[in-house]
Amino acid sequence: MDTIQLILNGMMREALSPQTAAVAIAVIGLNIHFGFTGLLNMGQSGFMLLGAYGFAISIWHDLPMVVGLLFGFGAALIFALILGAPTLKLRGDYLAIVTISAAEIIRYVGRSALLTDFTGSAQGIPGSQYRSSFTGLSFFGSGSFTLIPFNYTDVADGAAWVRVLGWAIAIAIVVVLVLRLRRGGAFNGIAQAALMGLLLVAGVFLLFFLFPVPNQRTGVNGWWVRFVAWGLVLLCTFVVYLLVRSPWGRLLRGIREDEDAIRSLGKNVFSIKMQALIIGGLFGALGGIVYVLPASVQPDSMGRSLTFFCYTALLIGGAATIFGPVLGAVIFFAARIGIKYTAAAYVPDSIMNNQQTEQFSYIVVGVALMLIVIFRPQGILGNKRELRFNV
Amino acid sequence: MVRGVAGLVLALLLTPLIALISSGAANAVDTLCLAEADKTACIAGTLRTEADVVPDVTLTITGPGGFSEEVTTGETGKWNVQVTEPGAYVVKIDEDSLPDDVVTDHPEVTINVGRLGATQAATLDVRTGSYSAESSKFDELVQSTVNGLRLGLLLALASVGLSLIYGTTGLSNFAHAEQVTLGGILGYYLINRGGLSLIVGGILVVVICAFTGWFQDRVLWQPLRRRGLGLTQLMIVTIGLSLALQYCYQYFVGARTVRVVQDNPEVSTFGPITITNQSIVAMAISVVVLAAVGYALLRTRIGRATRAVSDNPALAAASGIDTDKVIRLVWTVAMALAGLSGLLYALVTNGIKWDTGLQILLLLFAAVTLGGLGTAFGALLGALIIGLVVEISPVLGMPGDFKYATALLILILLLLVRPQGLLGKPQRVG
Amino acid sequence: MSDQTVASRNLADPVARRELVSGFDASPGGSKPDSILLVDKITRQFGGMTAVDVEHLEVQRGLITALIGPNGAGKTTFFNLITGFDRPTSAGKGAHWAFDGRTLDKTSASSVAQAGMVRTFQLTKALSAMTVIENMMLGAQNQAGENLFKSMFRGSWRKQEQEIEAKADELLARFKLYEKKDDYAGSLSGGQRKLLEMARALMSDPKMIMLDEPMAGVNPALTQSLLGHIQGLRDEGMTVLFVEHDMHVVRHISDWVAVMAEGRLVAEGPADTVMSNPAVIDAYLGAHHDTDLGDDALLSDEAFEQIEGEVEAEREAEEEQQ
Repeated sequence: MDTIQLILNGMMREALSPQTAAVAIAVIGLNIHFGFTGLLNMGQSGFMLLGAYGFAISIWHDLPMVVGLLFGFGAALIFALILGAPTLKLRGDYLAIVTISAAEIIRYVGRSALLTDFTGSAQGIPGSQYRSSFTGLSFFGSGSFTLIPFNYTDVADGAAWVRVLGWAIAIAIVVVLVLRLRRGGAFNGIAQAALMGLLLVAGVFLLFFLFPVPNQRTGVNGWWVRFVAWGLVLLCTFVVYLLVRSPWGRLLRGIREDEDAIRSLGKNVFSIKMQALIIGGLFGALGGIVYVLPASVQPDSMGRSLTFFCYTALLIGGAATIFGPVLGAVIFFAARIGIKYTAAAYVPDSIMNNQQTEQFSYIVVGVALMLIVIFRPQGILGNKRELRFNV
Repeated sequence: MVRGVAGLVLALLLTPLIALISSGAANAVDTLCLAEADKTACIAGTLRTEADVVPDVTLTITGPGGFSEEVTTGETGKWNVQVTEPGAYVVKIDEDSLPDDVVTDHPEVTINVGRLGATQAATLDVRTGSYSAESSKFDELVQSTVNGLRLGLLLALASVGLSLIYGTTGLSNFAHAEQVTLGGILGYYLINRGGLSLIVGGILVVVICAFTGWFQDRVLWQPLRRRGLGLTQLMIVTIGLSLALQYCYQYFVGARTVRVVQDNPEVSTFGPITITNQSIVAMAISVVVLAAVGYALLRTRIGRATRAVSDNPALAAASGIDTDKVIRLVWTVAMALAGLSGLLYALVTNGIKWDTGLQILLLLFAAVTLGGLGTAFGALLGALIIGLVVEISPVLGMPGDFKYATALLILILLLLVRPQGLLGKPQRVG
Repeated sequence: MSDQTVASRNLADPVARRELVSGFDASPGGSKPDSILLVDKITRQFGGMTAVDVEHLEVQRGLITALIGPNGAGKTTFFNLITGFDRPTSAGKGAHWAFDGRTLDKTSASSVAQAGMVRTFQLTKALSAMTVIENMMLGAQNQAGENLFKSMFRGSWRKQEQEIEAKADELLARFKLYEKKDDYAGSLSGGQRKLLEMARALMSDPKMIMLDEPMAGVNPALTQSLLGHIQGLRDEGMTVLFVEHDMHVVRHISDWVAVMAEGRLVAEGPADTVMSNPAVIDAYLGAHHDTDLGDDALLSDEAFEQIEGEVEAEREAEEEQQ
């Protein structure tokens, strides 16, 4: 029981971590590229790294945070323009090759010893150099607290049945939420939306009740950065919701399915694709900025693997859906930690040592990615009839 | 400047070797510096010329807060120093303490300690006095051209297969590079650990890799093709496979570099060219195998069938070619070639790691795209160009850090003016 | 026949149309009194083969013009060229074409459509993963909501969206697709997709609509209504240019016929006389010299299917030899 509680606590912590939120934002951007428009962007980590560099380098060199944000977004914008201009008129796999190469070039340049004064070369930029202007904005005060002080230990001394019952209800709520999202129209009308909201809030409260997460209020990796990160995830989700239900979003889906048809209707396909590439890239840059806030800018931690993880998260949640990226990112990180802890707890060290549990969890990620694409390409929330991989 | 670049090239070439030695002989350091999280950091390095390590040299390290310390390099040329503050540190060689035949052009180097709790590597640039006198820019060019050809040939072995797979199935196989790693790692297990002779072990490695290709197509790719999975979906499947394989290697071998043979390679010198005997053999094998593949593609029945499928699968199938059989063969051969490439790569660079494939994956893609997607001979040409660019660009003044970036940049620029690649047919694009 | 009467003529009246076309120059590339589309020196080569080599062509405003020719005559390639989906080999070397007075030599496919010349495709490009109404609404021009910045503010496009939807509903009702409004386009039959594609093209209020084999794969019951729609469009003042194989259809609705063979324009004329033009017989059917194409009895569907079957078989035989 305690081991399970420990594993679930770990998953909860990971699901809630600001880096999960950061990847969720990057995946929201990737969803605009790959999910809605069908652009095979294999360099989302490049957009993230550029955002992070723009932000961190500016502040490190004593510029205000707003300028840092502008530099981060500006770099991603220019990157998108440079990559898109030559490739968006070519077949889809050229964009893939060019984006993945360009993202690597950025990483190589970033880790170059020549630019040590700017990028800190392979060592990167330590968070302490740029974080203070962000934590300085915090109105959370100092010290630490648990989000909901009332938790399972307060009911019947944390007896096993309380927790098991709680887990059952939590799972039920999640299932109901997912089913409603899958059916579509979950937000049509106030009553529906209110029900969804209520379920969501109840679910979150229940989770915090079952898995109390204490954290610093502000600190390096405290509630403040979590609050901002998840707030941004909500905001980005809302922006994407506004975008894709508009005629612009309709155009994106049209382009994904058949560019020539859209062209024959007098739409400037190149321009729309470019807009999508830029918007998704800006989300990527924002994700990158959030990603480095509680950590440091490490070029090697933002390489191809990160892009591949983004794809995994996107496909788990469901490409071309509004909530798929967030759901996918949370599941991806929580499940990986769950696998790791479970392996560590139940597999004897002689078979799998602590180091190997980490690798084992990534092996599972790789295999899971293959299985999802083969057997359930629409992911958890997607609609099979709408989703087409057309490149 | 020129000498500096030469030193840099040398340092880069020797990096795997250094890593290997340092991992194998940790106790050679006189006093070990251990960085403690949030308290101390280490600056460490090995002083070596192109010929040998240099012991008993005095180094002065100065840094923030009036930090100043003197260290002497150990028996193996190693030195380290512990610091307690992040910031910029200057490491200066006391030139008087250098042996007579060793000189330095840059006695000072600035090291940025970003955070505490880590070890920062510092490379000091020293060389033997005679080295600079004999080494001209032209000689460097010749040497790096040979190195570039060597890298290009090894890349070609892997990328011809990648290109054939793309040609016959339309699939960009992201897991191809893991097959390269597999060749090296199998070599480690069979030859280094298993004690097989290089030839027997090598043949076994290629056979096993060929089998993995056959097996992959049998259990994975053919069923998926039958299922009618789109190319994008298939490509993401290869990404998943690549992730899983990488971490499998790390699971079994760990993050260290492993070697195929235990003893150090012997070196031959031809005029300005210094090259290990293993490299010569590796290049010879590559040329023979590539020629054989080229002959098979052009002259044999099955080779022509392969090119026909590559050209137009539907038409090929209609004219009685068993495309499934051809594709199965392509997978088998491609994986065997990739495995061979990995084995030779491990021999030439003196080691292989779980992520070696990941490092060269983009070079493979660059080679294939540069030559023209799906054309086997284009891949050969592209690989040679990429190999040469990677090795020669540092000699021509490109900072060593950027040598891979240069290759990728050339790829992107070429795609802008000639998207079909060097040998591709224009109709394939668009 | 004087020019000034053209504009005032009521083209919905068959007699008036016959009178109008009787005055046209019936040689290939002949001039028309009021041409909406003008094409000069367009060639397109694939490798060594010339697919299209059209010296001059004019299309009269307000009429239904059919573009016919045997398989491989270059009709679809010609369509692609003038609608910007392909670039002529002769681009920059004298190739010139203009629509409604506007030069299109370097214009992209989307700008061609914006200029008022909208096309459909031989293999329908109905977007099957989208609903019928979404397909329709994509066709409308100048939508404020398609601007990235305005798209986020529903207020700025809601009214226009409603207008577009009302227009789409109207067109769907006219094409008898209204009941399918919320179905995925992928669930429609082949003929319904053709209808949808045509209706979608009409959403942009084009001046001229170009239909690439509108009848191919459409079941006979729908053919009649499709023909009716096309004629209806002409009667409303739209120009129609269409590629068709079915001679029956061509004779039935077209006012003017242009014939292509081996990439060249070989003949022009009113539907009932062009069939007997020796150049057409020569080019179009080759081996069927002995049959009179003007003979209505021969234009029964069965006869044509038979002839087409033979032509198809010949073509396949040729391909296999290559």
